[in-house]
Order: sequence, then C-alpha cells, then structure tokens
Amino acid sequence: MAAITLGSIARPETASSPASGVPGPPLKDVIEIRGLSLFYGAKQALFDIDVVCKEKRVMAFIGPSGCGKSTLLRCLNRMNDLIDGVRIQGSIKVAGQELNSPDVDVVDVRKRFGMVFQKSNPFPKSVFENVVYGLRIQGIKDKRRLHEAAERSLRLAALWDEVKDRLNDSALGLSGGQMQRLCIARAIAVEPEILLMDEPCSALDPIATSKIEELIFALKEKFTIVIVTHNMQQAARVSDETAFFMLGKLIEVDRTDRMFTKPKEKLTEDYITGRFG
Amino acid sequence: MKPILKRLHRYYFIQGEPMIWLTGAGLSLSLLMIMGLIVLVVWRGAGAFWQEDLVLLKTKDEKPVLAEILNREPMPAAEGKPSAGFRIRTKIANRDLNGLDFRWIDEPTIVSRERPKDAVILERQEYGNFHGFLKELVRDGQPLASPAGGSALAELRKLHAEIRPAILKLKAREREEVGAINAELEKERLRVKTAERERPARLAEITAGSERRTAELKVRYEALRESLEKERGLLSATKAVFADAAGQTKEIPVDEIVRIVLPNDLSLPGKLGLYFSRLGEFVFDEPRESNTEGGIFPAIFGTVTMVLMMSIVGVPLGVLTALYLREYAVQGRVVRIVRIAVNNLAGVPSIVFGIFGLGFFVYGIGSSIDKLFFPAALPSPTFGTGGILWCALTLALLTIPVVVVASEEALAAVPRGMREASLAIGATKWQTTYRVVLPAAAPGILTGLILAMARGTGEVAPLMIVGVVKLAPTLPVDSSWPFLHLERKIMHLGFHIYDVGFQSPNIEAALPMVYMTTVLLMLVIVALNLSAILIRNHLRRKLSASVF
Repeated sequence: MAAITLGSIARPETASSPASGVPGPPLKDVIEIRGLSLFYGAKQALFDIDVVCKEKRVMAFIGPSGCGKSTLLRCLNRMNDLIDGVRIQGSIKVAGQELNSPDVDVVDVRKRFGMVFQKSNPFPKSVFENVVYGLRIQGIKDKRRLHEAAERSLRLAALWDEVKDRLNDSALGLSGGQMQRLCIARAIAVEPEILLMDEPCSALDPIATSKIEELIFALKEKFTIVIVTHNMQQAARVSDETAFFMLGKLIEVDRTDRMFTKPKEKLTEDYITGRFG
Repeated sequence: MKPILKRLHRYYFIQGEPMIWLTGAGLSLSLLMIMGLIVLVVWRGAGAFWQEDLVLLKTKDEKPVLAEILNREPMPAAEGKPSAGFRIRTKIANRDLNGLDFRWIDEPTIVSRERPKDAVILERQEYGNFHGFLKELVRDGQPLASPAGGSALAELRKLHAEIRPAILKLKAREREEVGAINAELEKERLRVKTAERERPARLAEITAGSERRTAELKVRYEALRESLEKERGLLSATKAVFADAAGQTKEIPVDEIVRIVLPNDLSLPGKLGLYFSRLGEFVFDEPRESNTEGGIFPAIFGTVTMVLMMSIVGVPLGVLTALYLREYAVQGRVVRIVRIAVNNLAGVPSIVFGIFGLGFFVYGIGSSIDKLFFPAALPSPTFGTGGILWCALTLALLTIPVVVVASEEALAAVPRGMREASLAIGATKWQTTYRVVLPAAAPGILTGLILAMARGTGEVAPLMIVGVVKLAPTLPVDSSWPFLHLERKIMHLGFHIYDVGFQSPNIEAALPMVYMTTVLLMLVIVALNLSAILIRNHLRRKLSASVF
C-alpha cells in the first residue's frame, strides 16, 4: 500500500477494495466536529455531536427523516448561514482550522468543499459553463485552463463520453442522472478538499444510482467524502464509516462493516434491521 | 333539500359545468370588444387615402360644385312629418374660394351628376385641396402654353416634376444654412453674456470681436437670404390657372402643389398606386396644415425615441429595486410596506406623474441645470422647460412599478437550489445574483419591459405638460452634435390623436387622420413589443429552462 501524502492521488487499488479493512499508516483527521449543537430559533435540532472524518474516506450519515443529518452536513460548509435564526454552538475544525470563528470568511470556507444536492440543480447555462462556473467566479479566464479543467472534471465524473459533443448545449437538456453527475463535475472542478453529498441519489432511478455509487468509489481516491443517505444499503455499499443519528442526537459512529454487522446500540440495530424508520 | 335543488346544486357548484361556460363567455366578450375596436379603427382609417371619383353636381338653387361624395343619410325630419329624402355629405374643397371644405347637399335639389374626365384634384401646401379644371399655364403673367387638348396638363405635370423637388431642396437648404447662421449668431450673443458674467476685465475686447463676427454673419445672412429669395422667385413664377365648377378662376403657383390627381381618369391600379403613395407620405413625411394633412413621421419618431429612452432609464432602475427587495432586504414589515407602496404607485393617475415631472424634473432639476451649465442663455430656458428627457424620465417613473413587480416575480421564481449551488461553490452573493439569478430571471424581467413599453407608449396625459407639443420644428435626433438633443420638445402619436381629433379647426378633414394615427400607434406598440418578445424567446431558447 502506497503512502498517503496530502493532495496526492496514489492509491490505484482502492477502487476495488474498500480501505476500511486494510491496515495502513494512520489517516489524518480532516473534519473534526466537537460538541456541536444547533438551534433553529428556540428549537434545538442537533445535540452535542462529536464526529471525526478521516482523509480520503467516505463517511455516511444515516438516520430517519428529520434526524438532523442534512443539517449537520450543511453546517460543514456553513450553508446554514443562509437560514435566518440559526445558532450554532461547539466546534468544527477542517484540517485544524476552526470554521465558525468570526475571522473566517464564509466564501473561503465554501471553496474548500464541493457540495452535491438532493435535487440536481444545474444552472440554466451550457454544460461547459456549468462545469467551469466555480473557476469563472475565481476569475480564471484562460480558455485553455478552463477547457482542461472541464474535461478533467467531466472525465472524473464519468460524464465526458456522454457530453463531449454537446458541451455548448444547455445543461437542462440532460437526463436526471447526467444532470446529477454534471453537478458532481461542477463541484469537483474547483478541486475542493472535501465533497459533501446530500442524498445525491434519492431522485434517481437504480441505474443512475449505481453509476453515482461507482463514481463515489472512484472519487474517494482524491477527496474526503461525506454523504447523507436514507438508503442503508447505499451506506453499506459506499461508505467506510457510518454515523447513525436520531432526533438530533448521534447514536453511534463506527466503521461501516462493524456497524452493519455488530452494532453496539440497540437503536442502531433496530433501525438497520428495518424495525422502524 | 328537495331532490331538484340537490340536482341543481350538484350541477352548478359541484360539477361546475356552467362556470366553464361563464369563463368562456368572459373570454369571448373581451376578444369581441378588442376585435371590434381594432376593426373599427382600421376600417375607418384604411379608407382615408382611397380616392373617390369627383362628381360635378348641379343643383336647383346653388352654384355647381365639384365634390367627393363621402356619405349619405336621411334628412332630419321636421316634427310629425316623414323624412323628405336623403342628403349627402360632400367634400367640395377650395377652402380659399368657398370658406368651407365640406357641405351637406339635399338629394332632391340635385339636377345632374357628371364625372368629367378632366376634373383635377390638387393637393396643395396650404389651404387644403383644390377641385377644378386646368385653364392655362402662366409665367410672369404671360400665357405659357395654349390650353388646347390635354397638352396643358402634360406640360403642368412636367413642370411640377421639375419645380416641386427644387422647392423642397431649396427649403431644406434654407433650414440648414439659415439655421447654421442663426446658431452662430446665438453663440456670439452667449459669448458676450458669458463674458459679462465671468471675465468682466476682457469684456470690451470680447464684445468688439463678437460684434465684428456678428456683423460678418449678418452680411452672410443677407447674401444668403437674397440668393434664396431669388431662386424662390424663379420657382414660384410659374403658375397654373384653375377654374372651379362655377367658373371662378384661381392662380396657383406650381411650387405650392404637392400632388396632381385626375380621379375620374384613374384606373384601379392607378388608384392603388395613389393609395400607397399617400400612405407612404403619411408615414414618412412631416405634417402640413396644422397637422390635418401630410404625414406624422415626427410623431412616430418622437414616440419611439422617447419610449426607448424610457426603457433605458426605467428598466435598470426597476430591476435594481426588485433585486434589493427580493435578494438583499430582510423580509419584514418594512419590505412589505414598500411592496404595497410600489403596487399602489401603479394606480396613481398618470396626470399626477405629469405634474410631479413638471415640478421636479422641469422646474427643479431642469432649472438647476440651466443655472449651472447654460447661465448665458437665461432667461430663456434650455432644460428648464419640457423636453424629451423629462418625458422619458416621467414615463420611467410611471412604469417602474410594472417593472418592479414583474422582476420581483421573476426573481422569486428562480429555484432556491440554483442559488445554493452557486453559493456552495464559493460564489459571493453578488456573483450568484449576477451570474445565475439574473440570467435565469431575464425572460421574466423582459416581460416586465414589454408591459412597461406598452403602458408608456400609450400614455398621453403626463406628457402634455412635460414636453410633448403639437408641432416640433426639429426631431430629437439629428446630424449635429451631440446627435441626441435631450432638451428638444417632441411630437407624440397619442398627443397627435388628441390634438388633431379635438383641437383641430377643420375636424372633418382631420377625422381620417385620427383613425390612421391610431392604427399607427397600435402598430408601433406591436412592433416594440414584438422585438422585446423576440429577444425573450431567444433567451428562453438559449436557457431552454422549463422554469417560466
């Protein structure tokens, strides 16, 4: 197993074998959530959460609807700032840097994350302009660089072969699965450190879903991934670690293989075996 | 409930069948009224340029007349008696001989009706049309050609074809060259006045120089005037002697004749040609005879220029307002009140906007501009009086509520996911607004522009007091610097309708013009809207968004 250096892309074998069982050098903690509570006005939505995500691993948040998993995900790139009346306590560190401290610029925070939403949301622009949007807002105008970035991202998102002849067509003419992969390409074009996925497959059919899942396997070679899903099979298939939430509380977090075979908590077992949820 | 009531209830309120018919009837009624209006206006207007035959009417007790017969109706009957027959409304023209252009003639008094082939209608520069027969041509009092056969008419046509373009060219030259000298003179006058105010030390020197130049200009002006008058004298020396139906003769200078028509000698293609030639004159020429004849080009041009200026000012302002209200303002009571206020603004009578425009733009801002930039010209105002700029600004104010409401709705329709996607990538709020939200909302905003233009084009009342006039001597755009003259007064189609239709001394002659002007105003609105719709459709196709 090759050594992992920050930012390198040298793990050719991981696509086929989940890294979880393989012993290796200790992985760096990329995201460190400590004692996080969140309030919508007077109502508390998250209670004292502690989660750590490791570099180039897939962390899945699972739990019944309304358990706060999406809210937690949106805390990571401070998308909750957009909602009035949200108050956050506790600490979130990304690569050692505190996110919620007042001297941090929220735009800089968001540049470190790529985000994929539940409902695919391409811009009403061409396929090409969608992919290079993040680069354009960073002020990059060089045509050659934009084209290289677009091709690289689209290849990484396994979409290049399908759209290479229609880069200048409207993105809204693509199929649902293609649109979602386009959104992934758009998110990774700016080379973020971490990819956040908020139920990326919930609006897709099984074939498109399996394509996205394959993509997640490939993408974790380059990115740390946090995925929210309500589909437990999906969590079991794609993630290295899983956190189970209920009613705003973190019930259990563990390696996925252990969580799905020997859960420590009764609640987790009940949920996984489908007794509620 | 009784069963029959139950059935009725079921039929009327649950199935709603009669409601479908009611909505359909509402639509049909609206369409019918709109179509009725358009058909009426087009029908009455379209006949305006069609040439009817000239009829020589001989009556029992009056002089014979050459007339176009316009319509026929029963004579108003005395109390308790049956109507004594019909009467006809005729256009007898020859205002300078008869005093009136139109006359009612009772049919029972008519002895004979003839359609002489050699009856002529002259469209003249002044005094309206002339109906009569060509007698002879004279130059400087001497007969020019013998009136034998049709040769005099052919000669007249030939002369007219030479003289008329020459006189038009002469008039244009007069306007340009005399105008240029006048502008120079005005500049000299202002130079002295400016010196009085700003550089009293060098006043004597400047005044002397200015007086010298003024004297030179005056000499040039005199020379020009003399040469122009000489040429004009040469051109107007040729006259045609016409006789009306009663034999009374009239000398008409050939350069005063706009068009010579022999209606009774015209074939159908000839009449059609005449129709389109008159239509062309109407659209592309300047008005004559206090707007009742000639064309309305200055009004079309003024309307379109003003509406475009209005859009350039009003739409960005409205869109910015909507952007702030929808994207940046904290949604609360204040924003709600502002929104209600904007909506109410759309219901304020437009004349109130006109009064505001007069007080604020013309007397407030305009006077300040005059004091700051054109002090030498005072007390005659430059911007401190009505002008195209103030018209455009007043209308912009009037149409901003429309733009704001439409833009706000368009912005609200942009899905939240699109904004979030942009923000999550690291775009700032402004980048998101500018690069994603505005383009996605553009078709909806353009709908606002269309509504605003339709409203603005049709508006008359406020314009009457901020710069639209009955007759503007110049267009607001011409070839002299700075090309777009913001301070100039303009003519406007809507005001033209009011002026010609209700302020004209010769209402019967003007009526067809009123209908035709209405048709043109509607066409202008359709053309403006059509171009906006084409742009919108282009945008929609480009986005192919199913959002709107």
